[in-house]
Amino acid sequence: MPRVLDAYESMSVDEAIGMCRDLVEDPDFPTVKAWRDAGGKVVGHFQVYFPEEIVHAAGMLPFKVRGAPVEARQGESHFGSYLCSILKTSLELALSGRVTLDMFVSHPICDSARNLAAVFGRNFDYPCEILYLPQNANSAHASTYLRGEYARLTREVEAIAGRSITTEQLRASLGVFNENRRLLRELYEIKRDTPWLLSVDKAYCLVAVGGMIPREEHNQLLAWAIPQIRKGSATPQDRMRLVFAGGFCEQPPLDLLHTIAQFSYVVDDDLLIGLRWITQDIPVGEDPLGDMAEAYLESSSYSPVQHDLRKPKEQMLLEQIKAANAGAAIITAAKMCEPGLDEVVAYTKALDDESIPYFVSEFEERMTNFDSLQIQLETFIENLLFA
Amino acid sequence: MSSTSQLVHDAPAEKRAASIIGRGNKEGNRLFREWYQELTTAPERKEHSAYVFVMGSLAEIMRSFDIHTIFPEVNGLQQAVRHVADDYIATAEDYGFSADVCGYVKADVGLQLRGGDHPMGKIPPPSLSVYTNACNTYIKWAEIWERMYHIPTFTLDVPGTRAAGRLTWPGQVDFENDRNYVAGQINEVIQLCEQVTGKRFDIDKLRQAMSYTNTMSRKWKRLLELNKSSPAVYNAVTDGTVFLGMMNGYRGRPEGAKYFTDLVEEMEYKAANGIGTPFEEKYRLAFVGVPCYPIFRRFSEMFTEWGGSFVGSSYLWFASGGANLGYEYDLDHPLESLAEGLLVTVRDSMDSMFFSDKNLIDMIEPYGIDGVVYHPVKSCRTVSTGLADNRRAVMEATDVATLFMESDHMDKRVVSEAQLKNRVDAFFEGLATRKHRRASTGAPQARA
Repeated sequence: MPRVLDAYESMSVDEAIGMCRDLVEDPDFPTVKAWRDAGGKVVGHFQVYFPEEIVHAAGMLPFKVRGAPVEARQGESHFGSYLCSILKTSLELALSGRVTLDMFVSHPICDSARNLAAVFGRNFDYPCEILYLPQNANSAHASTYLRGEYARLTREVEAIAGRSITTEQLRASLGVFNENRRLLRELYEIKRDTPWLLSVDKAYCLVAVGGMIPREEHNQLLAWAIPQIRKGSATPQDRMRLVFAGGFCEQPPLDLLHTIAQFSYVVDDDLLIGLRWITQDIPVGEDPLGDMAEAYLESSSYSPVQHDLRKPKEQMLLEQIKAANAGAAIITAAKMCEPGLDEVVAYTKALDDESIPYFVSEFEERMTNFDSLQIQLETFIENLLFA
Repeated sequence: MSSTSQLVHDAPAEKRAASIIGRGNKEGNRLFREWYQELTTAPERKEHSAYVFVMGSLAEIMRSFDIHTIFPEVNGLQQAVRHVADDYIATAEDYGFSADVCGYVKADVGLQLRGGDHPMGKIPPPSLSVYTNACNTYIKWAEIWERMYHIPTFTLDVPGTRAAGRLTWPGQVDFENDRNYVAGQINEVIQLCEQVTGKRFDIDKLRQAMSYTNTMSRKWKRLLELNKSSPAVYNAVTDGTVFLGMMNGYRGRPEGAKYFTDLVEEMEYKAANGIGTPFEEKYRLAFVGVPCYPIFRRFSEMFTEWGGSFVGSSYLWFASGGANLGYEYDLDHPLESLAEGLLVTVRDSMDSMFFSDKNLIDMIEPYGIDGVVYHPVKSCRTVSTGLADNRRAVMEATDVATLFMESDHMDKRVVSEAQLKNRVDAFFEGLATRKHRRASTGAPQARA
């Protein structure tokens, strides 16, 4: 397949990040279009985690469906009032023809997302289904079940691709995605260790573009960009180190992240956590599906949409803050996001108990005015710095 | 004929009618109060209680360990219909919960923060919580109890239907994968109950509870079928809520089996004698969503005043835990059958929320449906997210009239009675026009 990214090798790293930003904010998803124009097939998978390796191994493009800052002119009429924006804009992208899919998959991450496959299924002829990732991560039977569920998904994907997926192809895809996850971990190390070199919004652009281009290209981009970011000339400033929570599904506007970056160093976050869900290399063994299932359960991050008794979310947040040497947290939830809003209560009480300062806010992907947020955030941070 | 007084012609028949008609609601209310009294006094007897939910309560396993089942959704419903939910919700919001979080959750948080004081009794704290994933909020809800009470919680994960109409069945590889997963988890739940109660698992007690559930399921299915009668023999929204309370609270108990046996007898009697609800039936309606409990009586009257009779409801499908299938366990293989039954019925509950358009389309003719009323609620995204799109599908496939109106089942701040009434009135005016037009053109009428 042809390369979908424009040549960036002769650009400065900031110019390349600017290119990524344009792609991330472009609701027409030109890279996905380019892939299709070249004859490729596309599997859209809704937030949060999806075993993209399976789609990749079939030679198709896994496309992370995460809404877009667009007006849901058609999508709105398919939903009621009290729902998050990402549902409506994700459907809008498909209804408006901005993206054309060959398959759509959602997950039981929340009550709304589970409905999304049914809504898509009533409106499109291509297969639309729910991938039932296990919701009992603590059962001794979860891994075996998930391996079977991945096998089922593999058969579905094979039918769309029109060819079978060999074990060797799966192993090769695991290698590509292991490399991708390693590079993303490296990117986050830069944010954590030298946050003046990489702001949260710039890092986000570099991560998010991975959900809309072939992963090999993403690997090349990151491998090219990371050394240059490390060589950056920015110097440390006296800024508060923060952890941002609440970006696991609907994404905050880039301008919101930029606003935060103006006053602080975001040293860790849960933005697009699905792309970074697996925290270690997945062993490339004899049974790739089994290895992937095991990794989903045993070598994974945390989010408000996964219940795992081993990972109480407020405890995980505290550990995250500690590991990132952060002094405060920004706790957010997308408007109408039930799991996110539930977690705000648990997070803030745990932070209170530990006397860790925090700033609470809601956001919507389509919000455009950040003046009020900027003033509040600035006040919050000044209070901390001058306390 | 639609009223009882018109039917009775002789003394013995009159006596029989008097003893049967209305028995279900009367007995339901009595047993329901008894049930709450049992819960209230359980701690005095040092009995364990489990917080469970209506879609996959695992009541049969709980019964086998003598663990009481407490349904926070039922508690919430009672708080709303008794007009006290807003106080509890306010307590939860003061605690930190957003106005946009499910009202059931907040009513329960308020209840817990008030030490279990509930208008129907005193709700004991849980010894454990066991729930399925039929609603994701169940899982988030249980996390709140984990934090409040530090109790064991168990998510019994039941994989649902992957795409509309793509059901799998025994013998198919994907069904067996799901069933093995559910079966494995059932064993884990049993081990957990042994740890919590200190009792050994008794398979015969489980078998006995499953036997009672079998009767209840069989009768529940029959109950739903009986409302094909014209006039409808019960109101699927108001009477149906009483029946749902009994189906959940008394699942796996002898009182439940007897109640539904008697209830079906009552409804069969009414059907045989052309006895309907106390209101004249002019239009036969299906209800989709969750009723508006903060103004429950008035909500119902908005329809009955126009002669609207709810003959069916998706609520009676999913909130009964899929009892509408009439699934009966194989008592010779209780554990295996429990796994299969849980998978099939909880899956059906989920289908009744996510993929219910097909079922609604299929019920229009046999139930003589004139209109479908969609009532998505702010609180419950599980039920409500897909309803606007569902309505579009139903309207595309049929020429049935539909009404779409949003409010809430708990939070009266989201309920505008005047707006609802305007929508309902306009809907019935449209139905009347349709009926008149069809009568004048000789087009086929719905049965009502």
